[in-house]
Amino acid sequence: MNGVKADPALLAAGRRRPAASKVISMHDAVAAHVRDGDTVVIEGFTHLICFAAGHEIIRQRRRDLTLCRLTPDLIYDQMIAAGCARKLVFSWAGNPGAGSLHAFRRAVERLPANGAALEIEEYSHFGMVARLSAGAARLPFWPLRDYVGTDLPAVNSRIATVTCPYTGEQLATVPALNPDVTIIHAQRADAQGNTQIWGLLGVQREAAFASHRVIVVVEELVDEQVIRADPNRTIVPGFIVAAVVVEPWGAHPSYAQGYYDRDNECYVGWEAISRDPDRIASYLETHVLGVPDRAAYLALHPGLQDRLRAATRVCAGVNYGY
Amino acid sequence: MMAAVAARELRDGEVVFVGIGLPNLACNLARATHAPGLVLIYESGAIGAIPERLPLSIGDPSLVTGALMVCGMADVFQCMLQNGRIEVGFLGAAQVDRWGNINTTVVGPYRHPTIRLPGSGGAAEIATHARRTLVIAKLSRRAFPESVDFVTSPGHVYRGVRRARPSLPGAGPVKVITDRAVLEPDPASGELILAALYPGVTVDDVARDIGWSLRSCERLTTVEPPTATDLRLLRERLDPGHQFLKADR
Repeated sequence: MNGVKADPALLAAGRRRPAASKVISMHDAVAAHVRDGDTVVIEGFTHLICFAAGHEIIRQRRRDLTLCRLTPDLIYDQMIAAGCARKLVFSWAGNPGAGSLHAFRRAVERLPANGAALEIEEYSHFGMVARLSAGAARLPFWPLRDYVGTDLPAVNSRIATVTCPYTGEQLATVPALNPDVTIIHAQRADAQGNTQIWGLLGVQREAAFASHRVIVVVEELVDEQVIRADPNRTIVPGFIVAAVVVEPWGAHPSYAQGYYDRDNECYVGWEAISRDPDRIASYLETHVLGVPDRAAYLALHPGLQDRLRAATRVCAGVNYGY
Repeated sequence: MMAAVAARELRDGEVVFVGIGLPNLACNLARATHAPGLVLIYESGAIGAIPERLPLSIGDPSLVTGALMVCGMADVFQCMLQNGRIEVGFLGAAQVDRWGNINTTVVGPYRHPTIRLPGSGGAAEIATHARRTLVIAKLSRRAFPESVDFVTSPGHVYRGVRRARPSLPGAGPVKVITDRAVLEPDPASGELILAALYPGVTVDDVARDIGWSLRSCERLTTVEPPTATDLRLLRERLDPGHQFLKADR
């Protein structure tokens, strides 16, 4: 501090009354913030996919949701099978590294014979990223150089074009995506929802800022001082967060860098389960509807910690001094 | 064989947008042999990844550990891909047509598909922006129709119009690497023609499995088989469980 003394009056002026904690249970977070008919984003690109939240939405039997995600993954396949979804907005619907999402495929391939049709709205990854970027910036659309020479605009009328006022170039546009609620998983947050992520960031930041309500689900609740010690790692500030849920292993069978690895057996296993509607129903009964919460779900998977707990690769840290 | 052939297309120091499976194997084979300075970029945001295990998905945590940079996906698509920084893009394909158009969306009509495939992911923009695109697909009549059921990613000619800047900055699919031959676009028309045959394969063997009347380029060559080193690296070090190599027979 080079001998300069902090002025106590200035310090006191900068200090506010501690705000009430936003930490609530997953049950209460979903009950309060996810409503029938909502547009819901549970993001996370392979990394940090909040299965715990998806399962709670299934348990609370939410209906007519518009589910948006770049990669629907197992979690949206389960929510589609459970009857939560009216519509799916996406850019890559597969079981990454393992096969297909068969509940999704059945809902789409059997149209229109299947009465419970699932409406789809399809983009590419860049298109979905751009939609969330527009949403986060509260712009009506986002321009991108994409889709020329492809059939995507022919099947999705929301992919349009605009003429650049500066160059005259025709650019593709996608509309803003502003979800009613976005749920992101993260390694840690404080009780106000100041949230830190490391490893693959996906579109967690854009999805959170684009949303009207944000639920953050974390592996660990930490003191505000832990956040303040490394502010560059914060991707979502607490003031846009409605609720913080502390749910260790809440992203299983996806992963949390530095906490646990992806449970690839579950992804490979979903191929056979999802092929058979009866097996999906029985999976949902035992692993989702038949358990009250995440702790009970984890009890169905003994040995997870030994099998998947992350090895230690701690970074050196940096000097934030001045 | 496809992984080894694809690896040769990569030059040391190039920036490559990598897909999972055979493209990943090809890149890591190139890195272990002639191109140690290859920069691997995954759409998940891992830049300069040096995976210590075979990544099972494009978002594998091993892509992060030891990478040069990790960024959000908005940065990947805007600052890397659309910015023109990607020299080589790798794509798989369920169908490739006469004009190099790629389908990974549906077999059959879009609204009532026989088979619903995963869709674009990042493929549409990779084929748009990568300076050159390499496609890997096994040869079969179903996979190489005269025209694809759905154009997910742009090839060389779409509804009679040649690809052109500024809308399509990259060169598009410059090579289609199959399990028996390599196809390349005819510079004059953009039509895919036979450029090279694997050892022991005849023109007829290939033409039989192509849905249009396949022309050969004037200087048809033979693909060099993988070296013993290539095979040892692929089978013993890069994919010892043959997780992805089983698709490369």
